[in-house]
Amino acid sequence: MPLIKNDRFIDDPWTHVGLEDSLPSSGDIIVPYARLLKEWDALTRHDGRLGVVFTNIDRVEALSLFLPRLALIALPFPSFTDGRAYSLARQIRETGFAGELRASGNVLPDQLQFMRQVGFDAFEVTERFAPEVWLGASRRMSLAYQRGLYRPAGEAEVWSERHRDAEPWLEQPHAG
Amino acid sequence: MYRYDEFDYQFVRDRTAQFADQARRRLAGELTEDEFRPLRLMNGLYLQLHAYMLRIAIPYGTLSSRQMRQLAMIARRWDKNYGHFTTRQNIQFNWIKLEDTPEILAALADVEMHAIQTSGNCIRNVTTDQWAGAAADEIADPRPVAELIRQWSSLHPEFSYLPRKFKIAVTGAPNDRAAVKVHDIGLRLHKNDKGEAGWEVIVGGGLGRTPLIGVTVREFLPQHELIAYLEAIMRVYNLYGRRDNKYKARIKILVHELGPEKFRAEVEAEYARRPKQETEVEERELARIAAYFAPPQFERLPRWSPRFEEARLANPAFARWVRTNVAAHFADGYAIANISLKPEGGIPGDATSEQMELVADLAERHSFSEIRVSHAQNLVLPHVKRDDLFDLWQALSGAGLAASNLGLAGDIIACPGLDYCTLATARSIPVAQAISRKFADYDRQQDIGPLKINISGCINACGHHHVGHIGILGLDKKGEEYYQITLGGSSATSASIGQIIGPGFAGHDVPDAIEKILDTYLKHRQPGEEFLAAYRRLGAQPFKEALYAAH
Repeated sequence: MPLIKNDRFIDDPWTHVGLEDSLPSSGDIIVPYARLLKEWDALTRHDGRLGVVFTNIDRVEALSLFLPRLALIALPFPSFTDGRAYSLARQIRETGFAGELRASGNVLPDQLQFMRQVGFDAFEVTERFAPEVWLGASRRMSLAYQRGLYRPAGEAEVWSERHRDAEPWLEQPHAG
Repeated sequence: MYRYDEFDYQFVRDRTAQFADQARRRLAGELTEDEFRPLRLMNGLYLQLHAYMLRIAIPYGTLSSRQMRQLAMIARRWDKNYGHFTTRQNIQFNWIKLEDTPEILAALADVEMHAIQTSGNCIRNVTTDQWAGAAADEIADPRPVAELIRQWSSLHPEFSYLPRKFKIAVTGAPNDRAAVKVHDIGLRLHKNDKGEAGWEVIVGGGLGRTPLIGVTVREFLPQHELIAYLEAIMRVYNLYGRRDNKYKARIKILVHELGPEKFRAEVEAEYARRPKQETEVEERELARIAAYFAPPQFERLPRWSPRFEEARLANPAFARWVRTNVAAHFADGYAIANISLKPEGGIPGDATSEQMELVADLAERHSFSEIRVSHAQNLVLPHVKRDDLFDLWQALSGAGLAASNLGLAGDIIACPGLDYCTLATARSIPVAQAISRKFADYDRQQDIGPLKINISGCINACGHHHVGHIGILGLDKKGEEYYQITLGGSSATSASIGQIIGPGFAGHDVPDAIEKILDTYLKHRQPGEEFLAAYRRLGAQPFKEALYAAH
């Protein structure tokens, strides 16, 4: 599956390892959250970076213990109209997580800009749409009213622009 | 009135270009209808029974003369020369072609308007008191805050794919004319012991299948915390609102299922957990917006207008219109003039291009070019000199716009119903028309007094039948339309949900049933007692007897 990261299509260096799959001896792996809970000790000794697929029904607080060791969190969109992952993404970024935040599942071009604005920086996408559609859709709006968004496409934040001499809003750590 | 700056203009231009591209990809088959639907809905475009319907946002119901003229132009050029003002202070056009929509959106952008988020599972157009900035009982004009919320909620990346639609209403007056207790979030401005103004935050009210009165989650929220607090509420809803059943997906169900205490705790925990950003920018932005809503340059006038008083004495029809349609203004010598879009036998909320243009002209001449749309589907000229009221009334009379029935039996709220809507189970408009004809006599309406008759053509309750003093709900029983009647609803400060009075009626029997209900009221009322008060005192029993005793 093609992967977009930081505005480019790249080869995915990560391997998805399912609940029942055997752990590879090394390499960067993404495991389901259930496996993280079950095999945390073994996983902390894994030779390679560790990522998790976090589901929409668990609370972000549950991740806090694992966060320092995690380099990637994938949030699946079960359907593109299910918007829970937008809030989860922002909550995860608000904890200070600076690793890769990946959108997976039902990811479509017209939602890409919102996903980037809440802190996603990597997208597992389908081949149904041409690369220029993907990259174009993620920068359709040149500005946003809300403050404190991630703005990798350089969108202006209207309120901040209007009141440039006001207190600067503390920059959030930039996504991985 | 608020005016767009370069950023607001750029925002709607970007959005119009984005939608034009999405529509092109849909027409070229690159997007499926399933993928396109949420995108077009977030731009106000519905696929109805006969054509596309485009719903245009009228933020907090405020329009300029120039904007009204552009709406008239759109109706003439791309629709059938009329538009329909809705219960959410919006306007919708019912006969739109998909391929014309980018051009229409561009025409709207020219006059600082758009159709963003008038539909879809996102934060909808924010509504408020139609008399904001003019009413004598107001603490402060709620429109600056409504505009702040409009901007904040526009294309909010976190809250554009909510479990269900989300409606916010704001009031700055103690007499609630914005129905804040039956919205997903209602905000009521009030003052604390120290005389500071702040917001009561009410969550989880709503109509539809499960009518509920909202619960207060914060008694007094300081102004500068408002946006951050709204974000906490929205986040709790976005994460935990039900997505398994669209009829249980509104925030009211979440509040109800968790219980108000648990819901409040979730919101407060989320609010406490989030990084606190400096709110100085929001405060400055609110001040910037508020400057646009400074009161117009009112002349210093005496309270007493001889010209007005003479006209009133000489002309009983004018006097009647004044009694029903004119409300108190805070500035001496001025009045609020309400234009009823409910002529005898008419379609509630409809206006022709010519009527819109006349209202635009009259607003220019008499009301600082300002017009309001009310959630009762009427128009308002908020700042009219009492000296000018007679001229205004004469001009309105010549265009079928002088119905003297504001807040009376003829001022019926009705959704478009089965004549237009794919969701409807029965027609609303013909029932409204029949009742309007039956009670056309103004003296009779005056005698009956303040009355809200609300009609919905299906259980989704767009006609707000639950909060009508008399509510009428159109249903389908084995292919036949029939109508269930509820009594005792209200969306005012002491809000209540109407109770079903008994078995439903066929459409042609509804006007007689309403008459029986009103005759019962007239028979039992105490001096000066309005219908709603009498119903609350008497209970359902006498009305039941009148309706069903002979059956």
